[in-house]
Amino acid sequence: MKLTTTFLATTALTVAAGTAMAEDMADSMTLVSWGGAYQKSQVRAYAEPYKEMHPELEVVWDESSNEAVAKLRAMDEAGNITWDVVDVVAADALRLCDEGLAMEIDPDEVLAEAPDGTSAEDDFGDLLVGDCFIPQIVYSTTFGYRTDMVPEGAEAPNDICDVFDLETYPGKRALEKRPINNMEWALLCDGVAKDEVYDVLATPEGQQQALDKLDTIKDDVIWWSAGADTPQLLADGEVFMGSTYNGRLFSVIEEQDQPVAMMWDAQVFDLDGWIIPAGLPEDRLARAMDFIYFATDTQRLADQAKYISYGPARKSSAPLVGKHADLGIEMAPHMPTDPENAKNTFLYNYEFWADYRDDIDAKFQAWLAQ
Amino acid sequence: MSKLKSTGPQTADAPTPEDALHEAKSLNEAGKKDGPMLAADGTPLKRSLARALRVQKMRALMLIAPLLVFVLVTFIAPIVDMLFRSVENQIVSNTLPRATAAVETWDADAEEAPGEAVFRALYSDMFIASEAKEHTRLGTRLNYEQTGLSSMFRSTGRAVDDFGEAQIDALEDLNDVWEDEAFWYALMTGGEGATGNSDLLEAQRARLAQLTGDSFRGDIGFVPGAEISELLPQTARAYATFALFTAIADEDVVAEEEPWEAVKVGLIEDLKGGADLSGYDGPGAEELRAAQEMLQDQPAIVYKDAFIAADEGWGSNTTWRTIQTYSPEFTSGYFLNAIDMQKGVDGAKARPENQQIYIMLFQRTLFMSLVICASCILLGYPVAYLLSNLPVRSANLLMILVLLPFWTSLLVRTSAWKVMLQQQGVINDVMVWLGLVDDANRLVMINNQFGTIVAMTHILLPFMILPMYSVMSTIPPAYVRAARSLGATQWTAFWRVYFPQSVPGIGAGSILVFILAIGYYITPEIVGGTTGTFISNRIAYHISSSLNWGLAAALGTILLAAVLILYWAYDKIVGIDNVKLG
Repeated sequence: MKLTTTFLATTALTVAAGTAMAEDMADSMTLVSWGGAYQKSQVRAYAEPYKEMHPELEVVWDESSNEAVAKLRAMDEAGNITWDVVDVVAADALRLCDEGLAMEIDPDEVLAEAPDGTSAEDDFGDLLVGDCFIPQIVYSTTFGYRTDMVPEGAEAPNDICDVFDLETYPGKRALEKRPINNMEWALLCDGVAKDEVYDVLATPEGQQQALDKLDTIKDDVIWWSAGADTPQLLADGEVFMGSTYNGRLFSVIEEQDQPVAMMWDAQVFDLDGWIIPAGLPEDRLARAMDFIYFATDTQRLADQAKYISYGPARKSSAPLVGKHADLGIEMAPHMPTDPENAKNTFLYNYEFWADYRDDIDAKFQAWLAQ
Repeated sequence: MSKLKSTGPQTADAPTPEDALHEAKSLNEAGKKDGPMLAADGTPLKRSLARALRVQKMRALMLIAPLLVFVLVTFIAPIVDMLFRSVENQIVSNTLPRATAAVETWDADAEEAPGEAVFRALYSDMFIASEAKEHTRLGTRLNYEQTGLSSMFRSTGRAVDDFGEAQIDALEDLNDVWEDEAFWYALMTGGEGATGNSDLLEAQRARLAQLTGDSFRGDIGFVPGAEISELLPQTARAYATFALFTAIADEDVVAEEEPWEAVKVGLIEDLKGGADLSGYDGPGAEELRAAQEMLQDQPAIVYKDAFIAADEGWGSNTTWRTIQTYSPEFTSGYFLNAIDMQKGVDGAKARPENQQIYIMLFQRTLFMSLVICASCILLGYPVAYLLSNLPVRSANLLMILVLLPFWTSLLVRTSAWKVMLQQQGVINDVMVWLGLVDDANRLVMINNQFGTIVAMTHILLPFMILPMYSVMSTIPPAYVRAARSLGATQWTAFWRVYFPQSVPGIGAGSILVFILAIGYYITPEIVGGTTGTFISNRIAYHISSSLNWGLAAALGTILLAAVLILYWAYDKIVGIDNVKLG
């Protein structure tokens, strides 16, 4: 605890002193992210402008975020941490924090204030999950469907339960090969009230109920494990509808012009952001902190939305979201947080899944294999 | 591989010291009456030869030493280390040493959760663990066995600072010195020139080292006083831990930091427990007496209630059963999990049916690997035969065709199969166009076992063709011609003469393909759907997603053992000498 306070104090000093302390900061920095369009948006919104301010800096990107927790644990055991700033989803940040692999952060001390002087802690609000996580974007897992495969006479699907309605909407569905999200949707469509979903899911009967509901569509499901699967399945017409991250669907619809539309109902919000590995040497830590301070300020978070349709995590960034840098379309209506899209949403319950993940996953996998 | 068992090609013709040794032995036996046979220098021949042999062996060992060391360090050692995790379980007793010792005698079949003594021990363990941020790790570990323990440890770690708050407040209200770091420091050292109790300090040092994995070595500028640590044992122990942590982990000065709540709780316990202060006249004697008098009227700290208030789970028997079951340093728990069982208080029992998956996956992995191996033989044999019987120029061209997919990325090849086999894919389109299949009933050929078998057979085929080809190209064509000229039919000549000579190639190819197939995971993950995935997919999941490395190691160990057993069985049935790579 005290150890981190000293770190924080030194960092606060470094940040305050700004570029005057630049000689104490490492000349290279390894950033870890997810690759693809998302990483590209980070390069353009954060890394390039930062490099302009610090031309001496060498930025290395590593596309390992999906294995970040395992790799950080291995690095920690080997006593050689090669990453400086790591992009992870909130659930992983929580686990890294639990394992003592990520550094604890005091948002007010290390992050920039909003332009109107609101403290970082208030600006990020509820999105500060755990003690180590610095939120960056809000993304959602939601459905897309083929507009040309909607049966004649039927309305376009606009309700999460249409996923389970094989009579009105025949055809294959793509769902993620893990219990998270699917179990919640199944319960919602099996008559469980939204605020009781996790209470029900905590009981073995509730888990069985969710699996029974999923059983009704099991034969028509293609299970995906990589975010790119559903866009491909939709583009090839392999499935009628499928869940994936909203940014992936945006690129299928707007960039690749496929006959696909969004179904925002019961989208599940999740967060993605940065963590700093615990135990970095002082010069690298100073560099990482300096970068984080810059990359998570109000303007930078709003800038990222020019390149990808994920919502900035700061409240103060939302009004600054403009047009897509290449397509020139307004980005606000494509944000998962847009009021029009967010009529019925679901927030991923980190605590619940941290506890129940192993147990429910065992049952889910056994059910899948049956 | 055939050379593994003999000592080298020279044994057949050239004499070696080893041969001489055997000879000497038989001669020796024959000439026993005449005494031992002597070498030219008068030493017994046997010993002299043994020495010569030893020198030769040493030289051979020296030659391979660099490679041997390299393989040991970079390959064998990491694997052994990884496999060792399948039984390793020190984290529980390292994090909660006193609580696990205290709960050992608790009767798991008793109705109630353990008594106050266990919770008292748990408090001191939990406090240190949460200062060192190790409690959430333990929570994660135990959550693999019982759902909910992860958040239980997390929330308790946050609450544990406040245990005994009322009593601590009373103590501090009584006299400000109890918040004064310098006073505490003087009290615990016993003042200038007091005899120190370095045993206590070393014990706590070892305890912290065990907990955190750091050595905690170094001078901390504090030694607990011998007198005070006898008088107030719990306080002294807690303060020593605090001092070590402050000086080494936090890099602060002990005398300038206010002690942890746990130290004050220790003091309250010591004083309420009737420490005899009458003979004490060291630093803070007055304050201690006043505090003891005041505390007599204070209610005792009830740790059990405090823990249950932090999280209800502490009051439940199942929690403590889990802790008790997993308190030994080594556990068979991971292995039991890996074969669909679980470790309970009264031994192992089967998991509920809706959680059983691993045995089925092992069987599926073995079965599908055999099918893939067999289809590689069927498809590869004619190709290898053709390759070895064509003129060199066209054989080379064909060889490139065989090797071409070898040089293409694995992911590209697997994704290509997706495009080919999916319902809107090339094969289905062609069949619909030909009218073989109705448009509404397109064949499902991917995301199932069939898809995995097709894609993996394609990917592993070169591993079958290459050894077969290199064996077949050494078979002299004269034998088949001789058989034909002696009147054998084409089939008989092939089956009785050619085929037996090509078997070593099949053997080598099969071993390669089978062992590669058994550990494959990328291809089954992409094209396997739910029915075509392997045990390796679960291992990968536990390594990179669930972080249950113990279970992953247990599954890996079982897989490794299965491969070794199959290899042994192959050796018994076919004979490993019968395998050739060329």
